Amino acid sequence: MIQIENFHVQLDEFSLTDINLFIRENEFFILMGPTGAGKTVLLEAIAGLIPVKSGKILIGDTDVTKLPPERRGISIVYQDYALFPHFTVHENIIYGLHFHRVGKQEQKKRLQSLVNQLNLSHLLHRRPATLSGGELQRVSLARALIIEPRVLLLDEPLSALDPGFREEIRMHLKQLHISSGVTFIMVTHDFAEALSLAETAAVIHNGEIKQTGSINDIFEKPRSAFVADFVGIKNIFSVVYEKTAAVTGNIQIETGREWREKHGYIAIRPEDIVLSRSPFASSMRNSFRGKVESVSDRGFFYEVGVRVGKVFFTSLVTKKSLYELRVHEGTEVYIAFKATAIHSFS
Amino acid sequence: MNTRELFFWVMIFCAVIIMAFILLPMIQMMTAPSISMLNKTIRDKDVVRSIALSIYTSGCAALISFVLGTPLAYLLSRARFRGKGLIESIIDLPIVIPHPVVGIAILSVAGKNHWIGRIMAELGIRIMGSVTGIVTVLTFVGLPFYINAAKEGFQSVSPRLERVSRSLGASMIATFFRITFPLAGRSILVGGIMCLARAVSEFGAVVIIAYHPMIAPVMIYERFEAYGLTYSQPVAFWLVALCLALFFVLRMLILYGKNHA
Repeated sequence: MIQIENFHVQLDEFSLTDINLFIRENEFFILMGPTGAGKTVLLEAIAGLIPVKSGKILIGDTDVTKLPPERRGISIVYQDYALFPHFTVHENIIYGLHFHRVGKQEQKKRLQSLVNQLNLSHLLHRRPATLSGGELQRVSLARALIIEPRVLLLDEPLSALDPGFREEIRMHLKQLHISSGVTFIMVTHDFAEALSLAETAAVIHNGEIKQTGSINDIFEKPRSAFVADFVGIKNIFSVVYEKTAAVTGNIQIETGREWREKHGYIAIRPEDIVLSRSPFASSMRNSFRGKVESVSDRGFFYEVGVRVGKVFFTSLVTKKSLYELRVHEGTEVYIAFKATAIHSFS
Repeated sequence: MNTRELFFWVMIFCAVIIMAFILLPMIQMMTAPSISMLNKTIRDKDVVRSIALSIYTSGCAALISFVLGTPLAYLLSRARFRGKGLIESIIDLPIVIPHPVVGIAILSVAGKNHWIGRIMAELGIRIMGSVTGIVTVLTFVGLPFYINAAKEGFQSVSPRLERVSRSLGASMIATFFRITFPLAGRSILVGGIMCLARAVSEFGAVVIIAYHPMIAPVMIYERFEAYGLTYSQPVAFWLVALCLALFFVLRMLILYGKNHA
């Protein structure tokens, strides 16, 4: 278990303010956020590599706030691997063992196990300069895990890799997390990585934690306009509530429940908005007539922008349905979405 | 590059002038003394003693620079603090002030008119006309070359490597000796050799502090003053041969390091 309480870090032009996080033992925790949000700074502060102005960090029951990095039992893996260039792969992996009291037998066992799991046996006598990105990251994982840390910090470990290697290292991360029983904290800005590896996450922006909880909650129930936008919800509207309706621009959106607040934000994921050429006959209570303003190719999907009065909606449709609907810029269409597809936050 | 451009020929012309400017006097001086003269000179005990003293005192200066300068160079490469630029300018000061001024400045602290000089006299440390004095002056002029090279070496070592080392259980000092120092090793070596080469060539500051015992540059000057060009050239030959050997070793080390990095 890692508990971070009221963490403040002050660097020259950047600060982390009031960081509170709770990460369970043996969890795979993801830290997401845009570039410059403070993700790396937070990792390095957790590792004790950057001085903390105030606040506390507990690992298990131990307060490690005042401990130097070498006594925290926290390993770190960087995006650029940070292998020691003057050592061989083998020397790199066993580096940490020099500073830990581990018996000869146990050392061998750990090395063997990591070398097998990460398929490094043929690389042991090579120098880092001669390895590929994927190989380098495998070595740096082995080096970090051989000391059996309580926590492993991963700073965008997949970002610098070619797609093929990325998939391979992602599989390794998943397996190592299970086999080692170590708590993993990983920084990423790739949602696919986040969703495939972790169950809990936090979104950080401008040095502040914007939301923390289960990954599904972050993607499906964002609690702020920033998080909604960050996780890719396109349709975010500032609304005024009137009984069960949310009013924005000149349209009334039925939310299906009463509101105590006067103002707020609502968001609808683009894939939850359906398009049709004729009025909807179904029970969907939110149906509007609008005009297609943009159609853009997003690979597997097409993003269709529809203007309803003053309000602009974005909808995701498959190539097939786009073809069947025969929509293009200027077409009149009907859009519809369920009240349950509406996410609200203040 | 277009060889029809006028600027191309301007560059070539300047390059030829500069090469000739450096090489002509050197070649002339090195080839002037006859073999028998060179032979005689190197058997001259005074000459051998002066060259040996030059190497010895310069070596001491490089060693002192290494011991005292390495921690400062590391500090300057890592820390950011107010007044850092000022400290860096102070370190460069010995490069820019005239050499005799260096000697006079050191004497004004180590002389009898200053309390430091009086304490040193009490302790039996003599600067004027002593090997200690020569080493002091050579360290003064050589230090900046060492510190700047070592600082650049440390800067080229990514702080991330040190961070990883710390997180793996190494203390700050273990990290320095296992990671930072070996990776900056080549720059440190280069810095030491540059400091050594600079110290060997010093004349102006030394002659103020210690005419005797005589280092090689002072002996060349004395032979020139007393007997003229023909008698100073052979000594100069042997000193330059030594400096060139140093320079050659330096280049070799850099090339070797590059091929093995």
